[in-house]
Order: sequence, then structure tokens, then C-alpha cells
Amino acid sequence: MGNRTPLYASHVAAGAKIVDFAGWDMPIHYGSQLNEHHAVRADAGMFDVSHMLAIDLEGVESTGWLRALLANDVRKLGLPGKALYSCMLREDGGVIDDLIVYFLSPTRFRIVVNAGTAAKDLQWMQDHAAGSDLRLTPRRDLAMIAVQGPRARDRCWDAFPASRSATQALAPFQGTETGGWFVARTGYTGEDGFELTLPAEEAAGAWQALAAAGVRPCGLGARDTLRLEAGMNLYGQDMDETVSPLESGLAWTVDLRDPDRRFVGRRALESAAPARELVGLVLEDKGVLRAHQRIFTDRGPGETTSGSYAPTLERSIAFARVPAGCRPGETVQVEIRDKRLTARVVRPPFARHGKALV
Amino acid sequence: MNIPAELKYARTHEWARVEADGTVTVGITDHAQEALGDIVFLELPDVGRRVKAGEECAVVESVKAASDIYAPVGGEIVAANLDAVDAPETVNQDAYATWLFRIRPDEASALDGLLDAAGYARVAEEA
Repeated sequence: MGNRTPLYASHVAAGAKIVDFAGWDMPIHYGSQLNEHHAVRADAGMFDVSHMLAIDLEGVESTGWLRALLANDVRKLGLPGKALYSCMLREDGGVIDDLIVYFLSPTRFRIVVNAGTAAKDLQWMQDHAAGSDLRLTPRRDLAMIAVQGPRARDRCWDAFPASRSATQALAPFQGTETGGWFVARTGYTGEDGFELTLPAEEAAGAWQALAAAGVRPCGLGARDTLRLEAGMNLYGQDMDETVSPLESGLAWTVDLRDPDRRFVGRRALESAAPARELVGLVLEDKGVLRAHQRIFTDRGPGETTSGSYAPTLERSIAFARVPAGCRPGETVQVEIRDKRLTARVVRPPFARHGKALV
Repeated sequence: MNIPAELKYARTHEWARVEADGTVTVGITDHAQEALGDIVFLELPDVGRRVKAGEECAVVESVKAASDIYAPVGGEIVAANLDAVDAPETVNQDAYATWLFRIRPDEASALDGLLDAAGYARVAEEA
């Protein structure tokens, strides 16, 4: 038996097929991954993401410490509740994890990290906080529910009318504390929606209320196809400690503007131009792209890192790490079993807000 | 579990039916389609190809993963269901109505090595 979130019993009661994910017993789907995917693109779906870990950071040195720890710059977070996506790097530029950091006050932040890397991340943070007055508190007492889709916010307000006034004006990537919950307009699907962070003991009731308001339970299967279509990386698959964010399509998250900000990994990133890059692929021939298929380009070989049938596009898409210099529109060959098929290079995202972009 | 009594089964989750002309129609079981989830792509063998019993000869891909399909009997492929290729979701809808390919077996007794419904039910329960 793996770790179980506060919503495990709710998943089983809803007929979920449970699989192991990074040591957690999680729902992969509740009957049809495709229908769950389409529900999020067309209406509203919800995901239990309580396996991810919220870590609260407190202390007067918090801002300076995060500016040295993360590749993105928390100084751009001006408003309380504002969120920032960043990588946390090793000295050699390898990606330890990707995470979201919420600015709550100049002395208080919340960092949300991946389930599979949570123990490693916390250790890394504690090592780098040694000797300081900073307090790092892992919050396994909290549950997290991502409600996603064009009607997600409306259905949240139907389920929790009292939350409406505090959350109606939230801009994208902005959160707020209300009634003991943290509600943020963030997600991992390319759709509008909220991510709710709430006390574990309130999770099952909230899940039930959302279901009653018409929000469809969705498993990790749909979460994966939605994030891939949305052009969002998955840690451990599209990047890990052996590659830099610059080789992972994440240059936009590396903030080099302040020359005095010497964050961990910066020297390595600045020492050499990346030899590889992560691109999007759309399969032109029939078939399905999967992770770890070989790619052949004019400049040398590469490999897919994530690939799937894309339900919104009704064709197959992938991320691939290839020699730097690929141009959108050019074609590459993909080895699938005994065949070489043609795929077109595109700039992700593949889909956003219910619409195909490629 | 939906396992029709009149069909024969391979341990690798294919069903087989002997037709009046002696050819063998092959598909995947309801248990197999359930385990695979939403099916989005089929790669079927070319007509005329010779296959051995147990040889990989087709691929069924769901949103989740690709799965090899094995020839339950040896012989020559005489038909492939191109309607199913155009609408792979019909395998999920009715795995026994949606056949994948037909084999003309080398030996009439070729199906003797396959399981009956009760035997396959035990295999599927263990899976």
C-alpha cells in the first residue's frame, strides 16, 4: 500500500482505477480518461493533487533566500497572493524540481513542490536555510484540489457561495486566503480555474460539494494529456537533474536580469550555450507518439520526453529534446516500432482554453 | 466479466472464432479493452502476411499505452478490419463485435491449444 491522500476513500467510492504514482495510491481515471479530458476543456473537472507538498516559509530573510535559491526571481511578486513558477537548480544547472511559490507577505511564502521530489526538495531547502532564522514547515495537514475548465470558477462559487466575494476579482496566477482555505487562480491544464488548498479534514466534504455542483472527478491520466496539450513540462519526464531549464523549454522561467542575483546554478547556465532544446512535435502520419522514441533531425538525433494522443487535437503530440536550432514548421522523423514516421516541429502550447493552436 | 461461451481465448487476451469457411476471426477481449482504457489507434497486419502462433502481429494503442496483439494461431492473414482502424473506439464499445483480423490457419486443429471461456475467466481474474 502506498501513501494515501485525504480523498482516497472518495476516489474509491467514485469508481476510480487506482495506480501507484511516486509512492502514492492515486486515481488514474474514473472510467474514461478521454471523457475526463473533454470535461475540463468544455466545462469543469477536478483533480486531487494532495500528493504534492505545500511547504510554508517564514522569516524576515525569506525574499533574499528565495532569490538565491530559485532560477526565477520572486522580487517580481508585488501583490500578496501572487504566484510564480520556477525551477530549483543544482550548482551544475540540473533541475532539482519545478515548483510554484506564492508570495503571502514579505516574510511569508508558500512553496508547492512535486510529490516524487518532496523529500529531496525539503532536504535541499533545509540545507540551504541552515544557520538562518528561516522556518520551513511541510504541510501534510493540507489537501489540494485543482478545479479546472471554462466553468470551473462558476461551479466553485455554486459549491462554496461564501468564497465568491473574496475570489471573484482574482487575476490569473493570483491567490488569496479565505475562510481558512487558500484559493488560487492557477492550474496545470491550460484552462481557467482554481486550485484550493484546505485542511485535510475538510477535503472530502469539499470534493462532494464540487461533484454536486457538476464538477467531474478527473484522474492523473487526463491531467497528463491536458498538461501536455497546454505545453507544460512534467518533472522527471521532460526535465530532471541531468538537464538544465534552458534545454527544457523553460528559459522563460530563468530570470537573469539582475546581475547581482547569484542564484544556485546561474554560473553553469551562463557558462555555455545549451546544445539541446525541447520542442513540440505533431505527428503527421498515423500513430501515437510516446516518451523515449528516437528522433532524427538534420542536426542529429534526439528523443521524445513525453508523448500521447491529444484528445483536443485528435492527433498525436510530443515534447522532444533535440539538437539546438530546430525551427517551427520543419519536419523530423520519429522511430515507432519498425517504422520512421514524420512529425512537424511546433512551438508549444498545442492547445489553450479549449482551442487547438497547432 | 463478459466472456462469451462460444469463443476461444488466448492467455494474451485475444478471442478467436472459427468461421464457416475455416478462417479464424480475432479480436481482443472485453477484459483487455477495459484494462487498456480509451483506444485511439490500431495497427493491423497486412493481408497476405504469414504469422506463427504467438507472434506479435498488431498493436492496440490506448491513450495510456501501446499493447501488442499476438496471433492466436499460425497461418496467413486474409483480412484486416479497416472500419475498426477508422474508429478505434468501437473496440471499447463492443470488443467482441469489433474484430481486428482474420487468419486462415495452417492446421484445422490449431485452435485446440486455446482456452475455453471458463479457462480464460481464470486467467483474466489473475491478471
